[in-house]
Amino acid sequence: MPFANRIIQGMCGLFCLCAAAVAVAAAPPAPPAAPPNPNDTCLMCHSAADAKGADGKSIAVDAAKFVASVHGELNLKCTDCHADVSAEKLPHPDKLKPVNCANCHEKAVKEYAGTVHGVARKGGNAVAATCTDCHGTHDITRAKGDDSRTNHANVEATCEKCHGSDDVVARGKLPGGNIGSKFHDSIHGKALQGAAQASAPTCTNCHGAHDIRAKADAQSRTSRARIPDTCGSCHKKEREAYIKSMHGKLRQEGMLAAPGCTDCHSAHSIQQHEKASFQIEVIKECGNCHTDYISTYRHTFHGQVTALGYTRVATCASCHGAHEVLPASDPASRVSKENRLKTCQTCHAGAGPNFASFDPHANRHDKARDPIYYYAALFMEFLLFGVFAFFGIHTTLWLYRELKVKFGRGGKPDERH
Amino acid sequence: MAIATDSPAAPAAGIAAGTAGPAQRYYRRFTAPQRVMHAGLMLTFVGCALTGLPLLYSSKPWAVTLAHIFGGFEAAGTIHRICASVMIIVFSSHVILLLSKAMARGGVLPLLWGPDSLVPQPQDIVDIVRNFKWFVGAGPQPQFDRWTYWEKFDYWAVFWGMLIIGGSGLLLWFPVFFSQLLPGWMFNIAALVHGEEALLAAGFIFTFHFFNGHVRPAKFPMDTVIFTGRISEHELKSERLAEYERLVREGRLAEKEAPAPTAEAKWFGWVVGGTALALGIVAIALIAYSIFA
Repeated sequence: MPFANRIIQGMCGLFCLCAAAVAVAAAPPAPPAAPPNPNDTCLMCHSAADAKGADGKSIAVDAAKFVASVHGELNLKCTDCHADVSAEKLPHPDKLKPVNCANCHEKAVKEYAGTVHGVARKGGNAVAATCTDCHGTHDITRAKGDDSRTNHANVEATCEKCHGSDDVVARGKLPGGNIGSKFHDSIHGKALQGAAQASAPTCTNCHGAHDIRAKADAQSRTSRARIPDTCGSCHKKEREAYIKSMHGKLRQEGMLAAPGCTDCHSAHSIQQHEKASFQIEVIKECGNCHTDYISTYRHTFHGQVTALGYTRVATCASCHGAHEVLPASDPASRVSKENRLKTCQTCHAGAGPNFASFDPHANRHDKARDPIYYYAALFMEFLLFGVFAFFGIHTTLWLYRELKVKFGRGGKPDERH
Repeated sequence: MAIATDSPAAPAAGIAAGTAGPAQRYYRRFTAPQRVMHAGLMLTFVGCALTGLPLLYSSKPWAVTLAHIFGGFEAAGTIHRICASVMIIVFSSHVILLLSKAMARGGVLPLLWGPDSLVPQPQDIVDIVRNFKWFVGAGPQPQFDRWTYWEKFDYWAVFWGMLIIGGSGLLLWFPVFFSQLLPGWMFNIAALVHGEEALLAAGFIFTFHFFNGHVRPAKFPMDTVIFTGRISEHELKSERLAEYERLVREGRLAEKEAPAPTAEAKWFGWVVGGTALALGIVAIALIAYSIFA
């Protein structure tokens, strides 16, 4: 009767397990016979999903996951990592030492010490990520595995466990605040959700992994000096143009304050350049440094329409170019004497040569730049002032007299007739 | 006085007639085409002002809201151009009518000189001085002929404004075409004067012109003569005695007499004039807020 046999076998098995559990719980010093796989000894206590330690915390280890993990694949023993546990001295103390990954991954851990995470943790920031926060513990798989936390497709979720959590951001005072939703809705974040996932950049593409550093650190991939190279690793043409631009030249002359990629595009909220909201924002960015030109631009039709949030008209980049921006004195500039008309014609098709003598930054206070405009503005000021002053006085006195005639004691009604 | 009128003839009791009663006589002051033109000018002016203001004050938060009320900047621009086109048509027909009238009368001289002309004349200087004297209590209230100096100013302000704003507006509307004829800096000037002159026009109309027609106690809350075309005998005598006496002297008073304005005409004046007044007050409030706040 095979069925009865199976039941008996099962009962025996259950009994043995119970006996073992009781033996462990009662902690008799008798060491069990060495099993073929030393990990089985550990699993006697740690395999149950609801296994808890003395402090009530879970001590469960999913044996199947460990076996499937990269460390399981290498037939590592639990004690290879948990080196302060010995099969000869069980039970082990409640509190174990932290696992030292450097025992094997010496280079990676050394690199980590210099990262923003490593430095923060050393400085006492308890929420700063360690190896396990990104890689996991017993379930670590190779990055190329679909389920790996460090797989390209999963990196965003891994980083956002902390950088997308308001609670962790607040507790760890994480720089940049909660960037989860910002990045998720950015052009890179959206690309990661689409068909171009494999080629779209995720967090580590810009920040690095074991070399991730604070942007204030000159060695950081996201430091001001290195951003153009970091972005340029994908956006090669834009980088080429930028390097030759006025902004790029200023950088090469050592002026780190000259704008780089993120000054216009932002870092985590990068939008498509066709979007009106982006184009409107960039105008303001240009105006942060070019204060005189933004104010004169705002006095033109172009500047007024964009101030209302519409981008059918010229923004800064429409005339000056974006990555290739050059001063008007440079013949290669889009606004040089040689190229100006052609630039106007990109929107104003059929514009004649006269058209380019329009000053898109006419300044009513600058007599030298626009003398006719200056005097026209002065004339209009006098005209407005004159008219309002004269009629202001005229009307005030008139009102006073009429009120006096109508209500005043001194007013003689027949004065009005 | 051969013409029978709707209103029963009242004895010409002069000043003593006092307040307007059912027996009031009326005289024609504006012709039907003039009233239609004023209404057209008024509505298109308010339309242009409200659709242009968001651009002039594009940096203010209310500008975006106002542009959105019109359906966005593009729609506001379209309304602006439609209003401007109608305004130009009104203005052109006024000039054509004026010239054809002059031709019929055998010359432009009566148009340019005399009490029926809107051209400023020495008498206007005298009137200004006298009016200021009255304002400060140093003389009696002056009596005016058909057009007072401030009415002439209103007229010429619009005339000049039409040329300046209309001309510069056309330049800005068709820059590519006009760039064949004009240097590029003209577009800088056009953009400048279009905005500044519009500010002047709106600022003037929505304050001083409104004061003349609505706010001052003698007209409060609304002078409907521009809508009905008729002025009461009382008003004619109390404000334009010089005109009244001249018409009597020339024997032309009777030909000017007209039926009393109908209730409908007055209502039309109240509704249309009131709407323009309300919108104008909104415009001037936004301008004032932008300048002073």
